[in-house]
Amino acid sequence: MNLLILGANSDIAYAVGKKFAQHEHADICLASRDLRLLEKKVQDIKIRYRVNAEALFFDAVDYASHNDFFKKFDPKPDGVVLAFGYLGNQQDAQQDFNEARHIIETNFTGAASILEIIASDFERRGHGFIIGISSVAGERGRQSNYVYGSAKGALTVYLSGLRNRLCKSGVHVITVLPGFVRTRMTEGLELPEKLIAEPAEVAEDIYRAYKKPEDIIYTKWFWKLIMFLIRSIPERLFKRLSL
Amino acid sequence: MKLTAWGRYPRIQATGHSFETAEELRGYQEKAGNSIVFAMGRSYGDSALSERVIFTRRFDKILDFDPEHGTVISESGVTLSELIEVFLPTGWFLSVTPGTKFISLGGAIASDVHGKNHHKAGCFSECVRSFELMLPDGNILRCSHEENQELFLATCGGMGLTGIILTVTLTLKRISSAYIRETIVRCQNLKEIFCLFEEHMDMTYSVAWIDCLARGENLGRSVLMLGEHATAGRLNPRTAKIRSVPFNLPGICLNKYSVSLFNHFYYHKNPLFVEGRLVPLDTFFYPLDKIANWNRIYGRGGFTQYQLVLPRDASSEGLKIILERIASSGLGSFLGVLKLFGPENENYLSFPMEGYTLALDFKIQKELFPLLNELDSIVLDHGGRLYLAKDVRMTREVFIKGYPRWKAFSELREKLGMKDKFNSLQSERLGV
Repeated sequence: MNLLILGANSDIAYAVGKKFAQHEHADICLASRDLRLLEKKVQDIKIRYRVNAEALFFDAVDYASHNDFFKKFDPKPDGVVLAFGYLGNQQDAQQDFNEARHIIETNFTGAASILEIIASDFERRGHGFIIGISSVAGERGRQSNYVYGSAKGALTVYLSGLRNRLCKSGVHVITVLPGFVRTRMTEGLELPEKLIAEPAEVAEDIYRAYKKPEDIIYTKWFWKLIMFLIRSIPERLFKRLSL
Repeated sequence: MKLTAWGRYPRIQATGHSFETAEELRGYQEKAGNSIVFAMGRSYGDSALSERVIFTRRFDKILDFDPEHGTVISESGVTLSELIEVFLPTGWFLSVTPGTKFISLGGAIASDVHGKNHHKAGCFSECVRSFELMLPDGNILRCSHEENQELFLATCGGMGLTGIILTVTLTLKRISSAYIRETIVRCQNLKEIFCLFEEHMDMTYSVAWIDCLARGENLGRSVLMLGEHATAGRLNPRTAKIRSVPFNLPGICLNKYSVSLFNHFYYHKNPLFVEGRLVPLDTFFYPLDKIANWNRIYGRGGFTQYQLVLPRDASSEGLKIILERIASSGLGSFLGVLKLFGPENENYLSFPMEGYTLALDFKIQKELFPLLNELDSIVLDHGGRLYLAKDVRMTREVFIKGYPRWKAFSELREKLGMKDKFNSLQSERLGV
């Protein structure tokens, strides 16, 4: 199996790559902007799992480059993990549209651009799977991170539509909705310790969803319950909460 | 965030940063004051605790492996467990391993850990060829016996107080089976176990479990475990399922009656004598790793491990006094461990010296501290010392007497500006 990981410098992405290398003996292509960091990860995956691995430059918001980026693959990947994302800062995003746009473009527009290219290839070949890493933040808008949340929400809807379309061609799309994960993205945030998952645990859940296969997973599992409760709060009440 | 180490005492409020590259780390370090590395949190006390810590969990890439010589280059946040998982199937194993594999490579160096083969193979630093160390000024120096030797000697066993260990080059040892040939001998008392340790100096691995509540005739009764690498058996045995202690046991569960009952059954469960049975590496080296969170059995208040070493000629007399004192206090624990060390190394703060080491777990309680203070003076009177990686309460005086090279260590820290940059609660308590 050839697995392409977009946004491979994310901690979750790297953990997922390791899982597939270990259990599927997959050759891994890591794509991101920081090639020097990727090179270390390539070495690590090669030594740990005795598979092939390579690093490629990929910029999620350089839409014009996406076609050429994917054209170069020969053979084309059997699966794609879309893992890039940018949490940004809600306060900054409120005051500076550039920050807001950066959050929206990285989390959603970039994903829509590259996934459309990949989807049409997978559809034509009738082969492949797509794992999209969205977020529970996209389930309901909250004052503390609604710019990020809305971009992830859009991604969740996009993935759902893509799954509907590709289902007929035998291409499987998995939407992953992680809660709090101990990654660089959440470092420095004061989060409830009991709710935080390690990247390796999230990767384990994702791999299990791939094997089953599942359409939508929450990771860890209890976020399904938490988000059900959060979605159930009537808007009249919800708008007064400070979440 | 709340931070605590394996003994779960003390528990402090701290902030922390992780990093993936040396540049990223340098960026944090330039802005910040005091810190100490916190990796897997498997030291027992406060040696990795500070208001500000550096996490190495994201600095965990294995960068190179030479299958000819078994040389690995890896970042310091990788765990021994990961190294075993990667290299054991190809016939390589750690030449020195402590009793848990869930520690980081950097932590193994910083505590200069030892294993059941210390009398033959020395401490962990013996298999470390070199490492890169980030100093207070952000510069990175390669340290080994040939290069920057003073820093090498200070950092191995230096409890993270000399800088941040980055990339490590270490040598693994060739094995042909993932099994150990284990021999077990039950011993009735201290005298018997001492004789057997001396007799089996040529065995690769040796360690004894000791019942520290047994008294009188049975003082020091123990079960000696000896081992050699097997030549038969596969290289990738099925790994055992890890069970977990799901919650804190109420503190009352551990008392002298329950512990002495456990010790009684454990002693008699072991056969009088078994020679050369095959056991998987994991079972032989890491029996407790199969129970995740076993530290919870000591309850919310936490526990500490008291590990001492006495010079060989003072061991018999000293250990007798110590065991009598512990048995009469009734504060003993399961998991008393006894082992005969080989010669000490040149590192400034490495724990082992030629003689017997005893390690005991104690639940934290009011009555404990006076007892440990008493034991301290017995240890010092016999020329021994305590293990820094386990310690949470020794005084500066006990430290200074136990570690005669502390001064050179402290002077080096002063000279290179480490005292303003790398400190743990422990180093502040010890004034080093």
